[in-house]
Amino acid sequence: MIDVDASEIKTRVQKFLDSHAPAEDPVAFLRARFDAGLAWVNYPPGLGGLGAPRDLQPLVDQLLRGTPDNNPGRNGIGLGMAAPTLLFHGTEEQKQRFLRPLWTGEEIWCQLFSEPGAGSDLASLATRAVRDGNEWVIDGQKVWTSSAHLARWGILVARTDPDLPKHRGITYFICDMHAPGVEVRPLRQITGEAEFNEVFLTGVRLGDELRIGAVGDGWNVARTTLMNERVAIGSMTLRRTAVGILAETWRERPELRTHDLHQRLLKLWVRAEVTRLTGARLREQLAAGEPGPEGSGMKLLFARLHQEAFGLEVELLRDEGLEYDDWSFRRSDTVDFLGRGPGYRYLRAKGNSIEGGTSEILRNIIAERVLGLPAEPRADKDLPWKDLPR
Amino acid sequence: MTSLLYGEVEEELRGAVREVLADKVSPAGVLARVTGAEPYDPGLWKVLARDVGVAGLLVPEELGGAGASAREAAVVLEELGRSVAPVPFFSSAVLATRALSVCDGEVARAVLERLAAGEVTAALVVPWASSPYRALSDISGHARGVVGAEVADILLIPVRDGLAVVDADDPGVTVSPVTSLDLTRRVATVSWSDFSGPVAKCRDIRDVLVFGAGLLASEQLGLAEWCLTSTVSYLKERTQFARPVGSFQALKHRLADLWLEVVGARAAARNAAAHLSASSSFAEISVDARVAVAVAQAHCGAVAVQAAEECIQLHGGIGMTWEHPAHLYLKRAKANEIALGTPADHRDALATLADLPGPA
Repeated sequence: MIDVDASEIKTRVQKFLDSHAPAEDPVAFLRARFDAGLAWVNYPPGLGGLGAPRDLQPLVDQLLRGTPDNNPGRNGIGLGMAAPTLLFHGTEEQKQRFLRPLWTGEEIWCQLFSEPGAGSDLASLATRAVRDGNEWVIDGQKVWTSSAHLARWGILVARTDPDLPKHRGITYFICDMHAPGVEVRPLRQITGEAEFNEVFLTGVRLGDELRIGAVGDGWNVARTTLMNERVAIGSMTLRRTAVGILAETWRERPELRTHDLHQRLLKLWVRAEVTRLTGARLREQLAAGEPGPEGSGMKLLFARLHQEAFGLEVELLRDEGLEYDDWSFRRSDTVDFLGRGPGYRYLRAKGNSIEGGTSEILRNIIAERVLGLPAEPRADKDLPWKDLPR
Repeated sequence: MTSLLYGEVEEELRGAVREVLADKVSPAGVLARVTGAEPYDPGLWKVLARDVGVAGLLVPEELGGAGASAREAAVVLEELGRSVAPVPFFSSAVLATRALSVCDGEVARAVLERLAAGEVTAALVVPWASSPYRALSDISGHARGVVGAEVADILLIPVRDGLAVVDADDPGVTVSPVTSLDLTRRVATVSWSDFSGPVAKCRDIRDVLVFGAGLLASEQLGLAEWCLTSTVSYLKERTQFARPVGSFQALKHRLADLWLEVVGARAAARNAAAHLSASSSFAEISVDARVAVAVAQAHCGAVAVQAAEECIQLHGGIGMTWEHPAHLYLKRAKANEIALGTPADHRDALATLADLPGPA
């Protein structure tokens, strides 16, 4: 295989565009782009990539700007979590079957991890998977499932052996969201809308070819997914920052200013700038091939910043802060901080310190993995899952 | 595009400084010295100044210095902050040197040559508590809370159109050390009636304080890192209720939060140093650099105090004793918070710099 560099990328993109007019059917265009290895260049050849360095991807995206795109915001879980998990742990057949329609957006994915009784302590999950010949029968309930109503497939962790300690009796599956027994109900949030779902799984039958990794190795596979989730959330950038939105209102509305709000705004502005610089330094470290532990903190910093900035915005607005744009119960497929009012921003930001690992769990991770402090004594590590208090 | 990482030369310099400090500085030694007759450590300073060459770091090469930038000085300050070593690096090699560098003419150049050689040290006679954003208070005849003055050979006294270069033993000048909050960097009152000495012409001295404030952030970073590291290792060892106290979540979360603040302090301090490196001695300090300095000081000043306070609290009883070095760090951190503008002074400056005006 030849080494792929920037000029090789340019040649390949040009060759691809010469034979595929962007005006044709968008799905056919995206499939061809995948087959040309220009989907995610760091993936292996034959799976949408060229085995090239990841930092060449922006160049590809730039060269193909204006051509049909796969609307990545609509399939964040597929692209950010399911795909890397399939790549690391999937069989060759699974990679061939799932990665292309995932990347093109023809098949949306969701994540069936959290349960009403298993949030921060995901490994205590209770959804059962019982083997029946060459199939698995799934029973249980999942929650906080974004896009479940749109999804063709879900990444699912379920308990296959309740007699083992909790981390060891879990197996990882691909759940067919169209299978009989899968029921998706919208779950209304404090913002009024339903971004997430509850998913009830009743006697859902999945073929053994939908298992990822060995039976009982699901926790290990899930760690790949969770690691990619925190990276994805921590590196999310808004077109305008939370403090940027607040500062704009501050500048445009002098009549709202008070001395106390001014002091708090300045403090927040400093914190936002320090967080921005922390992120910039982290990216420099990654580019220099020396990733630091700072990454574990970015999600936590952004959560706090969003919450404080949007809280201050509502307070600053006074009369308008008493109003709310829309409480109607409706589905939403993306989080829209900018297209909604300040009340929505304030309420939605409360989720930032809960979703994808609570800030408290992230502090534990920093304390134990970065600072090397000892873990709390635990009663649940060696007991069989079935004997744990629930 | 300025880098927020450490370059190879910077890491080499850090290694050299750290080696000297490891060899010559111990917390017990610092404690014994600062309560004795000679609070500064002339032996240590001689090695750092001449052998490692930190005295002339910011002096141009043609005057015998290293011609290095704020980035290198910042790395030295991180290490000195980590050890609270009682040496006049900040007062002489940063503040006084920068003040002379923005002066014109032979008078300033002659002093810079002597400073670079490590023969003498100088002190800028302005209160350590001066904000770079306010007009200097009228200090004719008298300045309170000056750092480095008691060990300086040369005093730089602000006069109408520049800095008067005065020998410290000039009979017209008196330097009176004051019992100070910060044991490792004491302040003194300087008073003068009439003195003799040439005047180095220079522009507004407040930009020297902006430069100093930006670099002080790196000292605060080093200090905060020492406090965090020492506290973490103590909590791994200290056992109560039959467990290492570092296994209690209430303490782990506090340390995780402190770690995040220190990570931010490093990014902010590096950013300030990088921006100040870009503004050479004679150039105006750019608006971007002013923002970088104000952000770094507003953040790092408070983080150093938080780190030192957590260090005392989480060490429990032992942290409250004179024998344990934690108090040296707390005293330095608290004094630094006031030095060259408080965090609030720097935030106030951002109201203008970042276009976030206050109420009418």
